[in-house]
Amino acid sequence: MNNVLLRVEDLHKRFGDLEVLTGVNMTLDRGHKTAIIGPSGCGKSTMLRCINFMETPSAGHVFLDGELFGEKKSGDKYVRMSEKELATQRAHVGMVFQGFYLWPHLSARDNVAIGPMKVRGMDKREANELADAMLEKVHMSHKVDEYPERLSGGQQQRVAIARALAQQPKLMLFDEPTSALDPELIGEVLNVIHELANEGRSMVLVTHEIRFAREVADRVIFLHDGIVVEEGPPDRVIDNPEHERLRGFLRQIVEH
Amino acid sequence: MGAFFQQLIDLGGPLLLGAGTTVAITLASLLVAIVLGLLLALIRLLGITPLNWIIAAYVEVFRNTPVLAQVFIIYFSLPYLGLSIDPFPAAVIGLGLNGGAVLCEIFRAGLNAIHHGQREAALAVGMTPWMSLRYIMLPQTWRITLPPLGNYAIALLKDTAVVSAIAAPEIMFWARNLVTSTFQTTFVYILAALLYFCLSFPLARLVERFERRQRAWQ
Repeated sequence: MNNVLLRVEDLHKRFGDLEVLTGVNMTLDRGHKTAIIGPSGCGKSTMLRCINFMETPSAGHVFLDGELFGEKKSGDKYVRMSEKELATQRAHVGMVFQGFYLWPHLSARDNVAIGPMKVRGMDKREANELADAMLEKVHMSHKVDEYPERLSGGQQQRVAIARALAQQPKLMLFDEPTSALDPELIGEVLNVIHELANEGRSMVLVTHEIRFAREVADRVIFLHDGIVVEEGPPDRVIDNPEHERLRGFLRQIVEH
Repeated sequence: MGAFFQQLIDLGGPLLLGAGTTVAITLASLLVAIVLGLLLALIRLLGITPLNWIIAAYVEVFRNTPVLAQVFIIYFSLPYLGLSIDPFPAAVIGLGLNGGAVLCEIFRAGLNAIHHGQREAALAVGMTPWMSLRYIMLPQTWRITLPPLGNYAIALLKDTAVVSAIAAPEIMFWARNLVTSTFQTTFVYILAALLYFCLSFPLARLVERFERRQRAWQ
């Protein structure tokens, strides 16, 4: 059985005249975790957002579980899928955002349950049970009926993680999940992500937390100016970086 | 004293009848305005340039001309196109078209006030754009726009007075008729104003409650 879960092929992304990604490749094996690191503006968030077509790549392709993602082949041309088909594929990819984006008009439980209900047609009771189980996983069982505005940033992000888990996704994407948090709240979110990693979930993680990346990821990608400058296992990339630019980046991070 | 009450009944009866029509015109125009305004705001969201121009032109024309002129044009001009129209539907169409322009902008502002991440999070869990609109965007838009929508409804209730000019049998229409037949100018108009107040005041308190609740959400 093919063990590759995600393959990103020669990904390009342009915003007007600005080329953010200029040919990025990566593969992720089932159950593996890749951390993408790099300076602000290097394109790491854009790369993550291209994986589930939150941004449409300008060129290149994404394959999830051997299937072309977000596009269809018609003859020898690639065409973008309809929004409906795309939604079906996205349902297999959980995404956690820097800004949480919990829906303020729904309680924590409803934030988690509404996806399974509307997307997969689960009935309310079943969806609520699933939501409660997912909220327990992120240690939020005591707040299931709270509305997002009454939760701290760390709690909101944990509910957002539960929301993504309720999709029972093949792949989890984390887009700087702790960057918007107060320092004292970062730990609780990292702990939850760490626990998920230990369960053998497949994930791609964009982060500024180098130490955390080193602990959790089995592969680290250093992105700079829209290309992969260095990649490999964390003990090599982070502890023994080859490229001067990566060394400089790591030095800056350590100094802070 | 008995004469006073007799007069009150003689004048109040027709005015009350008019109040029923006023409420009916208000509700019907409000419905037209909400449906039209929401539809136009959603079409603008699609970002199709020629449609946006047409809608923007519609909004500007209706916002920058008197509603009385709009109602007159509809009532007196449609018959030239072979469509004879009664005062009541003409009033509802006129006020509804006018309200659609006002509410289009209110709904548009409401939709724009929602962070784009809200929609992205909906798409990320596998919702289609329609589901994201239905379950995530519109419920939030509704909360944001409820106070301005309520204020519009209050203004509309009082603005229905203009359609007395095309003989729609609402409060002011009856008031003017009564003044012509009884010459009780002050008394009739005070009674009419009182009726508007009784309709508008509870609505205003309701809107105030929405506004307080919304401040609590923020």
